[in-house]
Amino acid sequence: MRIQLAILIILFAFITAISHAQPTQLTVFAAASLTDVLTEAGTLFDSQYNTQTTFSFGASSTLATQIREGAQADLFLSANITQAQNIIEAGLADGDMLIFAKNRLVVIIPADNPADIQSLADLARDGVYIALAMPDVPIRTYTDQMVEAMRADSAYGEDFYAQFYANVVIEGANVRQVVTQVALGEADAGVVYASDVTPDVADDLAILDVPDEFNVIAEYPLVLLNESVNGDVAREFIAFLLSDAGQDLFVKWGFSSIRPAKSWGWAVICEGNPEWSGCE
Amino acid sequence: MKLHRLPLYLFSIIAIGFLTLPLLALILRAVSDSAWEAMSTPAVGDALWLSAWTSLITLIITFVFGTPLAYTLARYKFLGRRLILVLTALPIVLPPAVAGLALLLTFGRNGLFGDMLRSANIRIAFTVSAVVMAQVFVSAPFYIRSAVTGFMAIPQDVQEAARVDGAGGWALFWRVVMPLSSRTLLAGMVLAWARAVGEFGATIFFAGGAQGRTQTMPLLIYQLFESDLDATIVTGVLLVIVALCALLVAQFLSREKAIW
Repeated sequence: MRIQLAILIILFAFITAISHAQPTQLTVFAAASLTDVLTEAGTLFDSQYNTQTTFSFGASSTLATQIREGAQADLFLSANITQAQNIIEAGLADGDMLIFAKNRLVVIIPADNPADIQSLADLARDGVYIALAMPDVPIRTYTDQMVEAMRADSAYGEDFYAQFYANVVIEGANVRQVVTQVALGEADAGVVYASDVTPDVADDLAILDVPDEFNVIAEYPLVLLNESVNGDVAREFIAFLLSDAGQDLFVKWGFSSIRPAKSWGWAVICEGNPEWSGCE
Repeated sequence: MKLHRLPLYLFSIIAIGFLTLPLLALILRAVSDSAWEAMSTPAVGDALWLSAWTSLITLIITFVFGTPLAYTLARYKFLGRRLILVLTALPIVLPPAVAGLALLLTFGRNGLFGDMLRSANIRIAFTVSAVVMAQVFVSAPFYIRSAVTGFMAIPQDVQEAARVDGAGGWALFWRVVMPLSSRTLLAGMVLAWARAVGEFGATIFFAGGAQGRTQTMPLLIYQLFESDLDATIVTGVLLVIVALCALLVAQFLSREKAIW
């Protein structure tokens, strides 16, 4: 009897020890454009904390739909405010959204420039194949804003607007598909984020800058989902992304940092959790 | 009720239930939501029309090119026959996105035939031709394999008898082989058509999926899913209804003795 009890106690202690050693799971749904930066952030974060962060990358609009239809996640990192707003309005996130990074648009062309695109005006030339993302994907929404801004400018106007959209032959499911089509040389031009010109595709692409008066500052918000079972770990991840180490990573991968300003909603978080690491 | 048949009925009910309940759920949601305004957008009309006529062309191409291949495989023994039979099944196994990428790498501007096409001033990728080609690539195997089975099922002695009566190669094929295998061929065509209409991955990669141009019904539904769930449901039901009608017609046709 004593031996059996002893074995039981040892087993119990063993199991408890094992479960404490199990890393905490963190599920993050994030915009496709965040693939590289977050993969690295996740690895860094997991090495510092006892966590295992899994990412689901895709178009923010697709991810938002999945979350609304029941997909399980702790955090949602969107490429635009609209999709984060969708989640909040659906009652799936109670807190404020936090802007954690910014981005801007660039026009990418294949390195060998088959259509000889030298300026933005060339995008409206007859026969040019333009690749964009499909409607509702944030990068497409931003692109539409950019073209609207150009339409209002007399140098481009209605003709440019009409011709530009007439040249759109590819509507990809997310921004990375747009990058692939241009990198393969199958599209003559595409509109993506500055951060999407990553080291693996940099050799296949050339960049046409979009001047500030037409460009868009893309703000990336994140929301903590109500269903999250690992709220503390999730908040630590948020703090990590907002810290200097995290922001340096974003800058490294071509994003713009939110520094020096703390982002929106920060005050709200700190009010509720003054002891949280990002708040002192 | 014969008790020993119970397992048979039970398993059958589970199978048919699983296949049809989701469709029922779709229809019920569509009926209770008032999202029929979504039907009037040009995107839906464009996609429906595009899906309809491209899948029809796909069917014709599949028949014209698939039948000779199937007949050759069924009728003649030659070196590499088994390998070719296996190759005809490969597109079925390939994930559609990979199929699309493969097509792009073949017929795209920088693909295998890129230079050839460019000098002839032909653009294939991101046009309606690409939609058809993507559909043919993923759906033809279904028809071909069905046709091979159908042709092989015709008894040798029937073909011999026809030959004794003087039927040459062409007449043998049209007057004897085709009528006898018509039901299997039709079944194969229905399967191929269904696969072609539902095609998504290869189309978005190789054809581009641009609205009004190369956006088929499945692509539109995917896009709508992210913005308007009601419109998605209604469009989905539309697709189901169209498919149902087509399949019923095919089922009716197959009851005739021979179509030729």
